[in-house]
Amino acid sequence: MSVQLLTYFFVGISFAVYIGIAIWSRAGSTSEFYVAGKGVHPVANGMATAADWMSAASFISMAGLIAFLGRDGSVYLMGWTGGYVLLALLLAPYLRKFGQFTVPDFIGSRYYSSVARIVAVLCLIIISFTYVAGQMRGVGIVFSRFLEVDINSGVLIGMVIVFIYAVLGGMKGITYTQVAQYCVLIFAYLVPAIFISIMITGNPVPQLGFGDQLLESPIYLLEKLDGLMMQLGFDAYTSGSKATIDVFCITAALMLGTAGLPHVIVRFFTVPSVNDARKSAGYALIFIAILYTTAPAVASFARLNLFATTHDVSYVEAPSWFKNWENIGLIAWKDKNNDGKIQYAKGDALQPTKPVYTDQRGLYGERNLSNQAHPSNANEVYIDRDIMVLATPEIAKLPAWIVALVAAGALAAALSTAAGLLLVISASVSHDLIKKTFARRISERQELIYARISVLVSVIIAGLFGIYPPAFVAQVVAFAFGLAAATLFPAILMGIFSKTMNREGAVCGMLAGLIFTLTYIIYFKFIHPELNSSEHWFLGISPEGIGFIGMIVNVVTSSIVTSMTPKPPEHIGAMIENLRRP
Amino acid sequence: MQEKQDSQIDTYWQANIRLVLGLLSIWFLVSFGCGILFVDFLDQFQFFGFKLGFWFSQQGSIYVFVVLIFVYINRMKKIERLIDQDEPGEE
Repeated sequence: MSVQLLTYFFVGISFAVYIGIAIWSRAGSTSEFYVAGKGVHPVANGMATAADWMSAASFISMAGLIAFLGRDGSVYLMGWTGGYVLLALLLAPYLRKFGQFTVPDFIGSRYYSSVARIVAVLCLIIISFTYVAGQMRGVGIVFSRFLEVDINSGVLIGMVIVFIYAVLGGMKGITYTQVAQYCVLIFAYLVPAIFISIMITGNPVPQLGFGDQLLESPIYLLEKLDGLMMQLGFDAYTSGSKATIDVFCITAALMLGTAGLPHVIVRFFTVPSVNDARKSAGYALIFIAILYTTAPAVASFARLNLFATTHDVSYVEAPSWFKNWENIGLIAWKDKNNDGKIQYAKGDALQPTKPVYTDQRGLYGERNLSNQAHPSNANEVYIDRDIMVLATPEIAKLPAWIVALVAAGALAAALSTAAGLLLVISASVSHDLIKKTFARRISERQELIYARISVLVSVIIAGLFGIYPPAFVAQVVAFAFGLAAATLFPAILMGIFSKTMNREGAVCGMLAGLIFTLTYIIYFKFIHPELNSSEHWFLGISPEGIGFIGMIVNVVTSSIVTSMTPKPPEHIGAMIENLRRP
Repeated sequence: MQEKQDSQIDTYWQANIRLVLGLLSIWFLVSFGCGILFVDFLDQFQFFGFKLGFWFSQQGSIYVFVVLIFVYINRMKKIERLIDQDEPGEE
């Protein structure tokens, strides 16, 4: 069977399972719709959290980013796992004890203010839509490469599927589809990783394999890769080139952001008890760590394989995956030295960086580009980092069913995260804005209808993001973390651990953090992208890491404002006491 | 009665804070310490086929994170059991 047929087969089966689960676990009450009736087993919740968490960025982009960043890629590995320690120790148990439906619910009650609630909803919507944009682009990439439909129809199919199970099942449906999606995505990630690890090092455990010796010669894999890269003029793979302060801030922003992401926090509202909330954070991290410790191994295998199979190889004889991805528009080749061979070197191959194809084909059948060759280096290849995981099974010549499996896994990762995000957006609209703020007297049934309508609207907006996508998946997603770190995380943390923090402080803090972080990101990414380099950054901190400074701005602002405004009323003190009780 | 209960809650809360601070120091040390601030220093040591600092930043820190959460779960269970024993019938 061809790759395409197999892909249809795997994707079709997995989609059928997701919809079947949605029909089986329809939600009848608002409690079921928002928090799955608080009856989810911690292990199931751990899996659902992991699927919710591991997005298109984790599955598709992360290993590719690490492959190109080398040691600097650690920011994603530590940043996207370390936050769970904060969640488990500082937030999850208390928020579960609080026992309501949404994150703005907590902020609104703790800070006895509907203004605080609305500001929290605003932060939540900005964060979640930033994040969902990345997912939809991931869905588009997979569909266009493996099912050969255009990106827009791919996004449309994804939207319909998510819509069906989110509207029918609410949190309950999403939780159990996410359990299934976790199984699909982790299987799809591990199988090729194990195969490649065995092929290159003979070690079936990828985590050990990339610290092992190569089969072909008794030299450590990472040493070989370091040597190869230095020979081609790159920095060594295991050395970093980002400034330490930037690495520190990006990691911190990702960790704090993880702990402040509403769609992750809300998962801890779905378990029966406080102890179960702690346990599910632990299980979630185990399930996540399985992928996150495999990713750096995949990254180093992919980088090694990329050089081994295409460097100094003539374009005519280049493997078919190279040309397939070129046809999609995610690889480009410009023969700078006119020898007909593909060569890699440090630096961007093209000017401007992204390829702009003309309709013609060149001397060897390659797609012609209207870009200039970048004069400062000998690099001839543009590779979109997003393709590394998807292309790796082909690069390593693994069987067709594995290639198809990876496509189904990538879709599972993107859809599960998108569904979780869409649910928190709609819950905060129907519950926090409509029920708790503007139309307090609506019945539970009406609220449920509003919740379902909000899902519909969110799905459509998310789809538009997928059709008109902004930048790289992982990059866009990274900003959502900075925003969460600067807004929701400190507001929740201080709400639990400080009895004196008041409404004025929290609102000003969240707004200060939001405006500071958003302005910095927009300034460097959209208004003056040409200034986006370390000499222009504040203290040498990139837009990806600025959320950490945003958090400090938030904490300082709220402390100052609190000290100048009236203390919180007495019942708040009692509420906090109650949160802290075992 | 109420007073005794309050003092117990205080003990519980303090034990909880001590535990959390202890675990978070380890969390900081392995990730920001070994994985970022001292990574170049640790890279001079070889750990199987890895440079040690590189291993911490791409593997070791993640394993430690998992262990930390489970240590926390178990310790909290113990602390809560102690409180329950002192105050039977209290939930």
